[in-house]
Amino acid sequence: MRELTYLEAVREAMSQEMRENNDVFLLGEDIGVYGGAFGVTRGMIEEFGPERIRNTPISESAITGGAVGAALTGMRPILELQFSDFITIAMDQLTNQAAKLRYMYGGKGSVPMVLRTPAGSGTGAAAQHSQSLEAWVAHIPGLKVVQPSTAYDAKGLLKAAIDDDNPVIFYEHKLLYKTKCEVPEEPYTIPIGKADIKRSGGDVTIVATAIMVHRALEAAEKLVKEGIEVEVIDPRTLVPLDEETIVESVKKTGRVVVVHEAVKRGGYGGEIASMIAESEAFDFLDSPIKRLGGLPVPIPYNPKLEKATVPQVDDIVEAVKETIRFK
Amino acid sequence: MEKTFNLPSHITTDKLKDLYKQMWLIRYFDEKVDQFFAKGLIHGTTHLCVGQEASAAGAIAALQDIDKITSTHRGHGHCIAKGARTDKMMAELFGRVTGYCKGKGGSMHIADLEKGNLGANGIVGGGIPLAVGAALTSKMKNEGYVVLCFFGDGASNEGSFHESLNLASIWGLPVVFICENNQYGMSGAAKDMINIPDIADRAGSYGIKGEVVDGNDLVEIINTVYDAVEDARDGNGPALIEVKTYRWKGHSKSDAKKYRTREEEQEWRSKDGIKRFKELLIEERVLTEELAEELQQEAKQEIEDAVRFAENSKEPSIDTLLEDVYA
Ligand SMILES: Cc1ncc(C[n+]2csc(CCOP(=O)(O)OP(=O)(O)O)c2C)c(N)n1
Ligand SMILES: [Mg+2]
Repeated sequence: MRELTYLEAVREAMSQEMRENNDVFLLGEDIGVYGGAFGVTRGMIEEFGPERIRNTPISESAITGGAVGAALTGMRPILELQFSDFITIAMDQLTNQAAKLRYMYGGKGSVPMVLRTPAGSGTGAAAQHSQSLEAWVAHIPGLKVVQPSTAYDAKGLLKAAIDDDNPVIFYEHKLLYKTKCEVPEEPYTIPIGKADIKRSGGDVTIVATAIMVHRALEAAEKLVKEGIEVEVIDPRTLVPLDEETIVESVKKTGRVVVVHEAVKRGGYGGEIASMIAESEAFDFLDSPIKRLGGLPVPIPYNPKLEKATVPQVDDIVEAVKETIRFK
Repeated sequence: MEKTFNLPSHITTDKLKDLYKQMWLIRYFDEKVDQFFAKGLIHGTTHLCVGQEASAAGAIAALQDIDKITSTHRGHGHCIAKGARTDKMMAELFGRVTGYCKGKGGSMHIADLEKGNLGANGIVGGGIPLAVGAALTSKMKNEGYVVLCFFGDGASNEGSFHESLNLASIWGLPVVFICENNQYGMSGAAKDMINIPDIADRAGSYGIKGEVVDGNDLVEIINTVYDAVEDARDGNGPALIEVKTYRWKGHSKSDAKKYRTREEEQEWRSKDGIKRFKELLIEERVLTEELAEELQQEAKQEIEDAVRFAENSKEPSIDTLLEDVYA
């Protein structure tokens, strides 16, 4: 099968939907001839024109609220938020409008929009352009939160997100944009709320999101050489969370490491860990649940410090070994 | 000579020579950064103000030492003009511990509080409310300083711009807003994103003065900003000054500049504010060709020395990673 990069997969999912459904359109900063800050929308304005690829002013509050209003009245907007750090400016419209309108109105109306945005560190862009704030939106009832780790998942999940009748926050990872895998040409859907077992193993479960899926898989390769079989679960969507797949895995392995790039304190890993602790998997645990996440510090500019801020492959290897050493 | 070209009295002949050299410092600094980026010696991202030197130098020349500024992602020029050391700036861009932010901030976050530079900003429009707050301090504590608040044409579409102008106006704060209209955001042309020819006209909505100045005319910039600053210092409230200028380079490190023509770039390059100021100074006998050349070479040498300082500086140690999060 042909391979696509993660970035191309996101673009293909949007283009295919736009060819099928005139209600789907894109808005965002510099998404026209510039092609978006990371090049995701390159070529789209040439195909779809400026009416449907709407290059906006630098007005995150207005364009987010605008997307909510358009969605409420029959369009299916996809908003590209240039860096996920700027979700802070969009946050009021997401939290107090998009997430609640339907419920507040007694089940009337819906907000079928997707907000796509690149997150994560590793580019040297420092404190205001490197954050992973997905726990913020995962906290808000009414929003769905998707975090794909591969090109294949990105394409299928984005189609599902666009087809969903709710506001979906679609977190992309900057460092994954250039990663490649096999991606079918025809449109397909990956259901929102279905985790993926990225590697099977019986000794320890690692629940990892976004870029950490890849680091967990690398860690698994190292660990297998020492005879440790790791199972890597990628939830793919944080809200809703596929609890069953995680619980079943932990019941099998009895040991679990949860890892994400976002700051550990208040991060979504805490939610996953407590979900496991509250589940029937609790009785099967042979060691405490281990969490790995970013250090509680803004992302620094110096590359060595930046790298030291978020979990790396060796940190995951060590965490797995620690859970195994526990008696 | 006490007064030249009807400039404010603190702009002496020596100061004029300094300003000429300062503009070259700014240009050489950013040209150097550009080269290092291309070679991969500086990482992350950076935004160059080549072509906009007169705006930074002129506006800040109008200030007294006690006055403060807030700057932007395109802030190297503001920083130099407010008296920062180019070696410590370069060291920051190299991610070294001797840099203004100990290597943790990078290009977009350089601040020099001692000199009254409250910092660059990675968030478009992010610094505007900060300037208002700093002006509030000045007023409440009767400190007598004025805040010069820099931002771009693109930032004038953020809510923070509109909210800040209104707040500063109703409270009569000593802040002067300098909109550096370099004709583009990242790619969005001001003419497409703002439906009036002059951003300065937005001042009217908030009951403050708005003025337009030629961004390549150093003398006009100094005089206009000086009047506004002294007016603000006298308790007459804020003003908005729009500086019409142009960034010669791309928005940031990778920019194919598809959104504008090479002819347009050429046209603006021919208006070079440094060249224009030099011609004026020679005409007014403040400078000779030889002296002008000497000052330019001094600037060039200072930047070479700054690079050497940066290269010879150490990287921050990993132990410092968690320092400085809290006071
Ligand atoms: C809130 C926010 N939105 C978007 C960006 C991305 N971005 C950085 S600079 C820039 C363009 C800013 O244009 P302008 O204000 O005119 O300043 P200029 O770059 O022209 O100096 C954009 C869109 C950002 N850093 N912050
Ligand atoms: Mg601009």
